[in-house]
Amino acid sequence: MQKNKNTIFDDENDDKLYILSVIVENKPGVLFRITNLFRSRNFNIESITVGITEKPDLSRMTITTVSDVKTLEQLVKQLQKLIDVIQINVLNKENAVYRELALIKMNAKDPTTRIEIANFASIYRGNIMDISNETITVEIIGTPDKIDAFKNLVSNYGIIQVARTGVSALPRGAVNDHL
Amino acid sequence: MMNEMSGAAALMAALEKEKVDYIFGLPGGANLPIYDAYDALVDSKIRHVLVRHEQSAAHMADGYARIKRKAGVCFATSGPGATNLVTGIATAYADSSPIIAVTGQVALPMIGKDAFQETDIIGVTNPVTKYAFQPRVANEIPEMVKKSFYIAESGRPGPVLIDIPKDVQQQVTRMDFPEYIKVRGYNPIVDADLSEINKACEMILKAEKPMIMAGGGVILSGAFSELQTLAELLSIPVVTTFKGKGAFPENHPLALGPIGMHGHAEANKMVQEADCILAIGARFSDRTVGRFDEFGKDINVIHFDVDPAEIGKNKSVNAAVIGDVKSSLRSLIKLIPKNFKTNEEISKLWLGRKRELVNYYEDSIKDYSREITAKKALKKLREILPADGIVTTEVGQCQMWASLHFDVISPGTFFSSTGLGTMGFGFPASIGAKAARNNVPVVDIAGDGSFNMTENSLAVSVLEELPVIVFLLNNQMLGMVAQWQRTFYNRRYSGVHQKNCPDYCKLAESYGAQAYRVGSMAELDKALKGAIKSDVATVIDIPIDPDEDVYPFVAPGTGLKDMIIGA
Ligand SMILES: Cc1ncc(C[n+]2csc(CCOP(=O)(O)OP(=O)(O)O)c2C)c(N)n1
Ligand SMILES: [Mg+2]
Repeated sequence: MQKNKNTIFDDENDDKLYILSVIVENKPGVLFRITNLFRSRNFNIESITVGITEKPDLSRMTITTVSDVKTLEQLVKQLQKLIDVIQINVLNKENAVYRELALIKMNAKDPTTRIEIANFASIYRGNIMDISNETITVEIIGTPDKIDAFKNLVSNYGIIQVARTGVSALPRGAVNDHL
Repeated sequence: MMNEMSGAAALMAALEKEKVDYIFGLPGGANLPIYDAYDALVDSKIRHVLVRHEQSAAHMADGYARIKRKAGVCFATSGPGATNLVTGIATAYADSSPIIAVTGQVALPMIGKDAFQETDIIGVTNPVTKYAFQPRVANEIPEMVKKSFYIAESGRPGPVLIDIPKDVQQQVTRMDFPEYIKVRGYNPIVDADLSEINKACEMILKAEKPMIMAGGGVILSGAFSELQTLAELLSIPVVTTFKGKGAFPENHPLALGPIGMHGHAEANKMVQEADCILAIGARFSDRTVGRFDEFGKDINVIHFDVDPAEIGKNKSVNAAVIGDVKSSLRSLIKLIPKNFKTNEEISKLWLGRKRELVNYYEDSIKDYSREITAKKALKKLREILPADGIVTTEVGQCQMWASLHFDVISPGTFFSSTGLGTMGFGFPASIGAKAARNNVPVVDIAGDGSFNMTENSLAVSVLEELPVIVFLLNNQMLGMVAQWQRTFYNRRYSGVHQKNCPDYCKLAESYGAQAYRVGSMAELDKALKGAIKSDVATVIDIPIDPDEDVYPFVAPGTGLKDMIIGA
């Protein structure tokens, strides 16, 4: 049995964003084994998120990486070799729903600045999470591109802190995991 | 079967169920309960072999595994005992050898407190183990042991670590020994996709000058007769990787020997003349192919391997057959049409070419005009050692001379630390091999530097009655390093002189082993015959010239076409 049921490898040699949705055993040491693999095999990772799935003994890791097809293939194969890895789906922008959450804290001493930022936030369907005399903190949910765009937009005000969750993703359409 | 017993007793019982007959190890504070449980065994087939250094315990388990084709077991205590195993585990990992390392660990409440002799050995060994277990309650042990053997021995084999906290060893509880286990994230592929085998078959049949490159995978899966059948059916010559040395009888007319950095000259040459290479259980390592970009360029390369991650890792291939190579070869052989005529001309062409090259290199690669040279000594060893004798090596020139001048006749009787190149591996590994098959002579082709590293295993060889022969090519040098300094650093020798220290004969005798120092070929002949007959460990100290080089040589970073055949 091969673990990757619907891998999407195309012919391009160019670097592209891939989203790996990886089902792993939910037990201690698994995250360590996976991150250690990235380090020892020299793979570059953009983000990694972990959370429990619909089954309590399984976690879903979402890993995003920008790479060419050959490197991606090695990454998938090396991940598959790990005994705690149950299944891997290679997703991309087209066949997945994917979201990231970011918290962005900005300088906002001036009341008009606060109003401007609040306006931008509502255009981006963001939420104001905290507001003080000095700062304003906005929550943005969306694709990494959308979060980057918002960051650019507000960069003039002075960004003080950013916390991003990394991408979480699921394949679109019918469920094809048979676990 | 349900039973009340301690974790340590459950470990021993589980090992008995796996039909373990040898354990190589050394006790300490954190595995005392395990040693006590061993002591309490009655009528057990398990024999514990006390080593003098844990590194050697891992090498012994490895050597045992390579000959028995079944996991070898080693024990060590926590902290320094466990870290001493690391080189041995890494060596086994690099050569895909199944070993089970059982380490003691500090008690669960002490973990993470920097307790005395606490080392996170699972963390330390992570990159060099196939998997690791740490039971948190004693009744997990039987299942973990069973899973460890399954994981270590199946698919692409490799080392598995079981790290058992001391309180878990002591905990007494009801035990359940499962008959069947399943590891859900682990499904090694056995039977390959037939359509890929078909594709491979077509490529081979339509090739004009196909060649087989047999790697260590052939030895690991024991596909010796399948390989020979295939080669003979199609009259295809066989080169091997160094790890694959002896996968095919080296006295067979179709055998060309190992390729690579110190491969046989004719093999290195002829592999470049093939128009289709069938790589079986090989991983296209840099030591074997020289340059990835040059090797097999513009020709069809077919890759048979059990590990999907090896496909395309170092070399892009035209057909990939993923599965146990023994099963894949059987399927391939069935596909070859019954009426397929072996192309007499092809085989004549290859065999003629082989003869031509062998003659050419015989003349151009000069042996030294001394009474004893490494080459002459190894030819003598081949002459005297029975075909089923087991040979392993240390690392350095001694290893490369063994590859060049010692022909393996009976498949699967040769092994070496080929992936990691661990000095000190050969001697303890030969003791492990002797434990696995004690009715044949076992020889370690050694260098003085390497033997020095694990020579204290002489105590084990003598006391445990596992006699092996150390065939010591003594150039009083870290010879391989000296050769590189001679070749690439304009003879600036730095840190390579071992001098005449120790006296290996006196050393051997002090352990109760037998020793010979030979000054002529006649003496070597006598010593070898004496050693093979004897049931005591024997060191044969063979003084050779420190300036003797290994040729041919493919310098690192260059391709097989750049092979140098002499200074
Ligand atoms: C543990 C270890 N340390 C260092 C090396 C690097 N090294 C490779 S060959 C060699 C010399 C080996 O000397 P010896 O065993 O006497 O063999 P010779 O080359 O002289 O035949 C050394 C130091 C190694 N392979 N392994
Ligand atoms: Mg030496």
